[in-house]
Amino acid sequence: MLLDIIITSLINGSTYALLAIGFSLIFGVARIVNIAHTAFYMVAAYCIYFVTYRLELHPVAGMLVGIVVASLLGLITYKIFIAPIREHEGAVLIATIALAIALQEVMLLIFSGDYLSVPPLVPGYFTIFDVKVFYQQLITVAAALLILALLRALLMKTRLGLAIRATAQDREVANLMGMNESQVAMLTVVISVALAGFTGAVIVPLTIVEPFMWLHPLIMMMAVVVLGGLGSIKGSFVAAYILGFAEALVVFVLPMGAFLKGSVALSIMILVLLIRPEGLFGIAFEEER
Amino acid sequence: MDLIRFYIRRLITIIKNEVLVLPSRIVVALFFILLLVIPLITDDPYFLRILILTSIFAILAASWDLLSGFTGQMNFGHALFFGVGAYGAALLNQHLNLPPWGSIPLGACGAVLAGLIIGIPCLRLRGTYLALTTLAFPIILMGIVFAFPAITGGELGLSGLDRIVRSRVTTYYITVSVMIVLVTVMWKITDSHVGIIFHSIREDEVAVRAAGINTTRYKLLAFCLSGFFAGVAGGLYAHFMRIAGPSTLEVSMSFQVVIWCIFGGVVTIWGPVGAVFILFPLMEFFRFWPEFRTLMFALVILLILLYMPQGLLPWIRDKIENVCPRCKIRNVATRKTCRICAAEMH
Repeated sequence: MLLDIIITSLINGSTYALLAIGFSLIFGVARIVNIAHTAFYMVAAYCIYFVTYRLELHPVAGMLVGIVVASLLGLITYKIFIAPIREHEGAVLIATIALAIALQEVMLLIFSGDYLSVPPLVPGYFTIFDVKVFYQQLITVAAALLILALLRALLMKTRLGLAIRATAQDREVANLMGMNESQVAMLTVVISVALAGFTGAVIVPLTIVEPFMWLHPLIMMMAVVVLGGLGSIKGSFVAAYILGFAEALVVFVLPMGAFLKGSVALSIMILVLLIRPEGLFGIAFEEER
Repeated sequence: MDLIRFYIRRLITIIKNEVLVLPSRIVVALFFILLLVIPLITDDPYFLRILILTSIFAILAASWDLLSGFTGQMNFGHALFFGVGAYGAALLNQHLNLPPWGSIPLGACGAVLAGLIIGIPCLRLRGTYLALTTLAFPIILMGIVFAFPAITGGELGLSGLDRIVRSRVTTYYITVSVMIVLVTVMWKITDSHVGIIFHSIREDEVAVRAAGINTTRYKLLAFCLSGFFAGVAGGLYAHFMRIAGPSTLEVSMSFQVVIWCIFGGVVTIWGPVGAVFILFPLMEFFRFWPEFRTLMFALVILLILLYMPQGLLPWIRDKIENVCPRCKIRNVATRKTCRICAAEMH
């Protein structure tokens, strides 16, 4: 039971961390609240299903295709629909909602609403203390942690990372220092959507693929971002594991757990916000006027 | 007799001087008249059903605009008020056998309470934090609804509620007149002293506080008012559909409201109402092509936003009307001089 809870919370937490960090990157740099973020995660998941079953290629090829397709799709939709209306916050907001709904409908048309599944990369499991641990679960957690480490290196050690952080801090000043703000924003969108695609790729063997699979992660991702503090990557990381653990605990311990898992996790978020309105690691910045 | 003649003459003067001078006002007047005469032209139950649902959602969209458009408190969980109104009315109707005229206002009072409960923690948050936090509330309530199926009916919801009235045409008149009255009330609120404070809270909250206005109280007032109107919409919906189910609390319902409002143009009240009357029947119109319906809806919104990011109806209004550069009064675009101060337009 305890081990079950730990494994589930690690997997949930890693998924939410990957999604939330991509979401906060886009928000920090381009000031876009990207509701369609998890829709790209769904697109990547479907790509893997398509490549593995319809084209009968190796699942790893499917993962690569999924990540590339999701990033390209993100770039194209950003260029066509989001970039021209970026100054209008409200319009961007519903443009991303509409985009998410459009992607969901396209998937519904192509693959129908059936529940699909994808085989694990490495089948089989081993047991510790009578608990089955699937190899796929280990792979998922390890891959998520690896990507998070790579992302941190990208943000902290490279010139691009410096530009991204600078733009997130102050758009105008970064522009004055000679960073091409719109190009940085575009690159951030690609990185962020690729992260969403990657999350879809590593999580897909553990979940069911269906056109509405983006909704639950979307809500949890937003809760993680708010709880950790907007724009704080460390905050998102910690908050993702807190909420992932809360969800797993509720599912395994409470009798009606499966229904209440979202409620409990979101209530934790609200309780923390009552004490710290800027989130766990957020910086309380002065009101923008 | 003279008194009646006096009022009629006054009405005609008002219509001539205030309504007929601006195309947007003529459109609004024609729209209300059309809504009231439609049952005389056709009494097709399906058609009336669409219009009834449209009116209910128009109240809901306008109430979002009152809160999020005017005070700038982005609420992504507006389905909470709708759902509380619907479930409140349904529970009162089923367990206490209250008739609809009692259960709908009481359900709306429940929604006011919900507005207070979520308003108090949300007062400390602003901007995106607020938007993302409010998204959580309907989901929390939905979890509770699923966890106690004995009271709330679980996934199936509470069904078999009383009808508002038996006949479809009377139901139509009741919902449409409730819609017209409530929307006018909301429009009047936003036009009053309170409305100006709402406006200024959105523009600059610190300055409002510096002017000695208790912004906390006004923000809570906005939450409660918006909750009340959305709760009435929820109660009407529950009694019209005769079911209050978890679909009233879904994320898509909250998103739907935001889409209507921003599509129609926020901070107007009439914008969201117009948008619902355009988009909701349009969705039904796509019904002959069911699998593409939602996709077409999403694409229409994406394309329209590309060209008119501030919303469809304000864009149209700016095309047919100009603001006088001197006295800031609206004029028909064809006029050369202002109708009030006779200044040159442009």
